[in-house]
Amino acid sequence: MEILVCVKRVPDTAENEIEVNKDGSDIERDDLVYSINEWDNYAVEEAIQIRDKVGGSVTVVSVGGEEAEEIIRREMAMGADKGVHLSDQAFEESDGKGLVRILQAAIEKGSYDLILTGVQADDGAGQVGGMLAAMLDWPFASLVNHIEVINDRTIKVGREIAAGNQEMNEIDLPCVLSIQTGINEPRYVGIRGIRKVASVEIPVFGASDIGLSPDLVGKSGATISRVDYFVPDLGEGAEILEGDTGEILEKLIEILQSKGGIK
Amino acid sequence: MAACQRVRVKEKATDMGTALIAPAEASFFGIPTVIFSVFILIFGIGIFTYIIVRRIGPLLNAAADPRLDRIMDRAKNTVRIAIFQYRQPRYLFAGILHILIFAGFVIISLRSIALVMFGIFEGFSLPGFEGALGNIYDLFKDLAATIVFGSCVIAAIRRGFFQPERYSVPPKYGKGHTGEAILVLFMISGLMVSDAIFEGSSIAAQIQKGFGIEMPIPGTITGIAAMIFIKTPLSSLQNIHLVAYFSHELIFFFFLCFLPLGKHFHVITSIPNVFFMKLNKGTVKSVKWGMAEEEIETLESFGVKKFEDFTWKHMLDFYSCADCGRCSDNCPATAVGRPLSPRFISIKCRDYAFDKYPLYGASIKGSNLIGHILEEDEIWSCTTCGACEEECPLMIEYIDKIVDVRRSLVDGGIVPQSLQKPLSALEKRGNPYGKMERKRADWAKNLMATNAVKILKKDVKTDTLYFVDSITSYDDRIQAIGQAVVRVLHGAGVDFGILGPAEKDSGHEVKRFGEETLFLQLRDQNIASIHDSGVKNIITADPHAFNALKNDYNGIPPVEHIGQVMKRYIDSGKIRLKPIEDNRAVYTYHDPCYLGRHNGIYDASREVMDAIAGIKRVEMVKCRDRSFCCGGGGLMLFYEPIEETRMGRLRVEMAKDAGATVIVTACPFCMVNIEDAIKTTGMEGKMEVIDLVELVDRHMIA
Repeated sequence: MEILVCVKRVPDTAENEIEVNKDGSDIERDDLVYSINEWDNYAVEEAIQIRDKVGGSVTVVSVGGEEAEEIIRREMAMGADKGVHLSDQAFEESDGKGLVRILQAAIEKGSYDLILTGVQADDGAGQVGGMLAAMLDWPFASLVNHIEVINDRTIKVGREIAAGNQEMNEIDLPCVLSIQTGINEPRYVGIRGIRKVASVEIPVFGASDIGLSPDLVGKSGATISRVDYFVPDLGEGAEILEGDTGEILEKLIEILQSKGGIK
Repeated sequence: MAACQRVRVKEKATDMGTALIAPAEASFFGIPTVIFSVFILIFGIGIFTYIIVRRIGPLLNAAADPRLDRIMDRAKNTVRIAIFQYRQPRYLFAGILHILIFAGFVIISLRSIALVMFGIFEGFSLPGFEGALGNIYDLFKDLAATIVFGSCVIAAIRRGFFQPERYSVPPKYGKGHTGEAILVLFMISGLMVSDAIFEGSSIAAQIQKGFGIEMPIPGTITGIAAMIFIKTPLSSLQNIHLVAYFSHELIFFFFLCFLPLGKHFHVITSIPNVFFMKLNKGTVKSVKWGMAEEEIETLESFGVKKFEDFTWKHMLDFYSCADCGRCSDNCPATAVGRPLSPRFISIKCRDYAFDKYPLYGASIKGSNLIGHILEEDEIWSCTTCGACEEECPLMIEYIDKIVDVRRSLVDGGIVPQSLQKPLSALEKRGNPYGKMERKRADWAKNLMATNAVKILKKDVKTDTLYFVDSITSYDDRIQAIGQAVVRVLHGAGVDFGILGPAEKDSGHEVKRFGEETLFLQLRDQNIASIHDSGVKNIITADPHAFNALKNDYNGIPPVEHIGQVMKRYIDSGKIRLKPIEDNRAVYTYHDPCYLGRHNGIYDASREVMDAIAGIKRVEMVKCRDRSFCCGGGGLMLFYEPIEETRMGRLRVEMAKDAGATVIVTACPFCMVNIEDAIKTTGMEGKMEVIDLVELVDRHMIA
């Protein structure tokens, strides 16, 4: 099975203190560390596991500047067979639809049976998977937490439903799935693993390489523009506890006790 | 002289004629029994040699392991640990029994050789043992045989009826080994008794014939046998004499060949195993011995994945395990019900070796250890506290093996999810919490201006570096330990600085969790920063950082733990202490593994405590080199083990049993684990924990 996984490089929420910048256009990006979007990492692990069971290959694709290469390489260290880096100045400041157009163009140049995306990205809008399926006119399942290959035309997917319910569906290939965390246990990739694939060539494709008109993407193709970016004001009934962890916990216990939450 | 006449058949034969026909001269249905003797000897030695050759097989294909350095140290260790069995009495009763049996065996070994020769050469005597020396030896040998026999009887009763808990085998590890133990005790007893009968029958015959004879010491088994046979007709004695002799020989060679088939292989392997023991405590073995660090990165795979990836010494360890259970009896992971028992690491690997490298037929190589004989959770359960290695009378290593298996897991991407985030944070931020590098020195900001801490830079230099490490830099509670270090050092007049954002995690647990490449990155960054700082000595309050800097790093200035530093300054009067604040409190010192067992620092901390006038200090039963790990440090704090209870909880119970109300420790991770355990056991208000440096800080006269 030929599997493509769309991955994104994001600021790691566990290892950064995210603050909005002064003019409110973005977050403060100095001193941030980046990693692969967590959901995408699960998607790559799942793709590798499917490939190991039924054969085929796993390709990892990412749209972004030079720095996106590091996460493509990381996922190749994990076990993906090929990497594709989509990078062009024309791609900058694309909105969601623009981003999907780039991916769509690259996908149509290749031949894939299954496309996986993360359900969402730490810094995203959760729109790539669904929009990509719609624009490719392929079937789509979201929030997938289980995949079983039935044959080369059909797979069975499980979806997590509210209140801990589970839904099982059969879906025809080719299709797009957005992958939920917890579907597997992604393997560890250390510095050594990345060094081992350090010399593997990762092709970079620009707009012309994938036959995409630059007007459809980037700022010119965007139909959505961000107008503000801020931390919401404290609403009524909300309180932010301050102090060190011990003090915060003490206050929290006090509040819970006074409201009858704990005795 | 009569005094010369008892023991060896030789003189009896030459001087006075033989009371009984010796095995070398007798015949059985017309066949000279010497034929049997020669046959048993050749056959026994042949089989034994064959078995040993087969057993050596896997060691020849194993990984390299240089163990021929520091020969004098090795010789000393061999004498102390293998010959004098220095570690045996740590378990007093079993230890004394073992020493008695071992010492007896050593004495009797000469007799055993002589006995084999008796069957071939009548009147054989070992060179030098023809005269008085031989007679003196015979007295000792009779005593030794009696002691060995008695010890075996006691050991068999102990093993068979009282069945000490530490020998039991949980069902998941297969069948118990009591049968083998009892069989061996029977064989040893059989050797003693058959020799006693062989010789006793001869003595009885000589007495009956009126030969001048020196009696064996009454009460020894030889003496008893002689007494029993004193009235037995000579014709019967002749048969008894020969049957006893050949029984002895058959048991002897059967026993010899039986040794390499099970846990009694240690009778043969223990002396070499001790001789080749690991000499550098606190260190972790190289990924591949004999390979430069830069080259190691070019290896296709890391660590131990298959049995054949172990070093020959580690295989010898498996052969040498005597199954005494002392390691697991002291293992904190075993105590809390984690799926790890060091004893069964050895036993399972030995069973694997015996199975895959059989005595006949082809060897089967190459299946993965994980999933076949070892489990992932078992390998991650170890805190590397070293209690098992401290206890093993045969110096079997566990930490290096576990780290080697972890290395192969990490290399294959098999790392528990709970450890992946901290490892990634260590890679990106140099600390397992994913905190910003620039906030690494923020803990020092809360100190008063008089205690402002220098951050070493190009233009800020001091001779002394305080290496803080991650937990003290970022953990709310532990930062207080760092602040106490600052006040104590300033109080003692020490001019020091910290590396601040240039400091990275020491990588101590990164290395011990098998992520060697990441460790090397952290180490190299730290070494560069330390060199840039130009300091001449290093102090740390974290035993894990201490051990890393001392034993894992190289080419940096000497490092001391704050406990050693405080001890020095108390002795020199630079630190003066008030009498104890709370004179109702009872203090106990918890030895951190990486200060105590791995680095032998037990007394400095205790002496620092005792320098506080009026302090009441008690010891827990498990103290010093038997200290019980609190739960582990570094990455172990992130690992979610399968366990029934927590190590810290057991430790707090031990402190309570000792009558203590305050646990003093000298390690930030012990603080975290013990503080947590005090809360979860509901001991708040009854038990406290304080770091040694905090205790000094509180009692220091400014």
